[in-house]
Amino acid sequence: MFIVASIAIVVTMVLVLVRALLGPTVYDRILAANSFGTKTVLIIAVYGFLTGRPDFLDIALVYALINFISVVAVLKFFEYGDLGVSTRKKTRQSEP
Amino acid sequence: MSAVFDVLSWVLLLAGSFFVFTGAVGLLRLPEFFTRIHSAGVTDTLGAGLMLAGMLLQAGSWTVAAKLILIFLFMMITGPTSTHALAKAALHGKLTPTTAGKEGVKS
Amino acid sequence: MNPPKRVYGTLAVLSVLWLALSGYFQALLISFGILSCVLVTWLGARMDRTDGEHHVGLVRPLATIRYLGWLTLEVIKSNLDVSRRILSPRLPISPTVVWVPASQKSEIGRVIFANSITLTPGTVSIDVQAGEIEVHALSKEGADALLEGEMNRRVRAIEWED
Repeated sequence: MFIVASIAIVVTMVLVLVRALLGPTVYDRILAANSFGTKTVLIIAVYGFLTGRPDFLDIALVYALINFISVVAVLKFFEYGDLGVSTRKKTRQSEP
Repeated sequence: MSAVFDVLSWVLLLAGSFFVFTGAVGLLRLPEFFTRIHSAGVTDTLGAGLMLAGMLLQAGSWTVAAKLILIFLFMMITGPTSTHALAKAALHGKLTPTTAGKEGVKS
Repeated sequence: MNPPKRVYGTLAVLSVLWLALSGYFQALLISFGILSCVLVTWLGARMDRTDGEHHVGLVRPLATIRYLGWLTLEVIKSNLDVSRRILSPRLPISPTVVWVPASQKSEIGRVIFANSITLTPGTVSIDVQAGEIEVHALSKEGADALLEGEMNRRVRAIEWED
């Protein structure tokens, strides 16, 4: 039964990759990448059960953490790093 | 007893696969960024939740079950947070949502 | 200087987490676990000192569990609704942007409300202001259901008031 689930996830990952390639805006691509990361967590977990090695769940847990942090980091880069897109005034924060 | 668990986790995994797939279909079909966010939410909440629940029934040991529950809790907390950050960044990046009606919109 | 109470809380949570994730009960490995828990707690306390303590508010534990049960049902209902909209050939969506009043007093209450809105598929909070939250909804019905304010009232009810 885990093989069915993993095939479904792989097919879904392909669909999400298509959206990441099509874009059209950078936010669509980040959304697709975020969704892809969620599915990666799921497929690592399912693969662990498929091969009878639930130790893979540790990797899934860490991947979930990394996925969240990387999405926030990429968003921060596109919000503040790219001057062509950002319309916000830069405010300098005081360093302690 | 274990056969009942097997069938139940089968059903949960299949239902989870269905919702994960639905979310991806929506990601491709929906017309605009702000609407696509919603279909990603289907994958992140019910799809992932049902799949993890299906695996939980096959866990077999306490540490495995604890890890699955932790993954679920973590996804439920970070998923909305990153979605909100994404939507807000898109709004700041001059992407305006197209709306069907006009009422309730305040600029 | 006496360590604040929350340091012990952090240490307890970390220890339980370590035991749950590792599942080892040998003396040597447990001593490594205790060592790493103490190290992380110390690092966290150091960060708090530079970051400044920040009161975000508390929630009632029992009411929160009841709220999470209600939220789970809501999430399942709206998931079915959104899936139906995505899969039906006519694609019956009507994107709407509304400002939803948020009457929560504490920061944690507002965070829980905004996160609950986003967790429910079909509605996403896109901006959070003092007394209201800007919400993008996939359908007009979803926006109207949110404007009725049941979720707002329920989140308001789980806040702990001194």
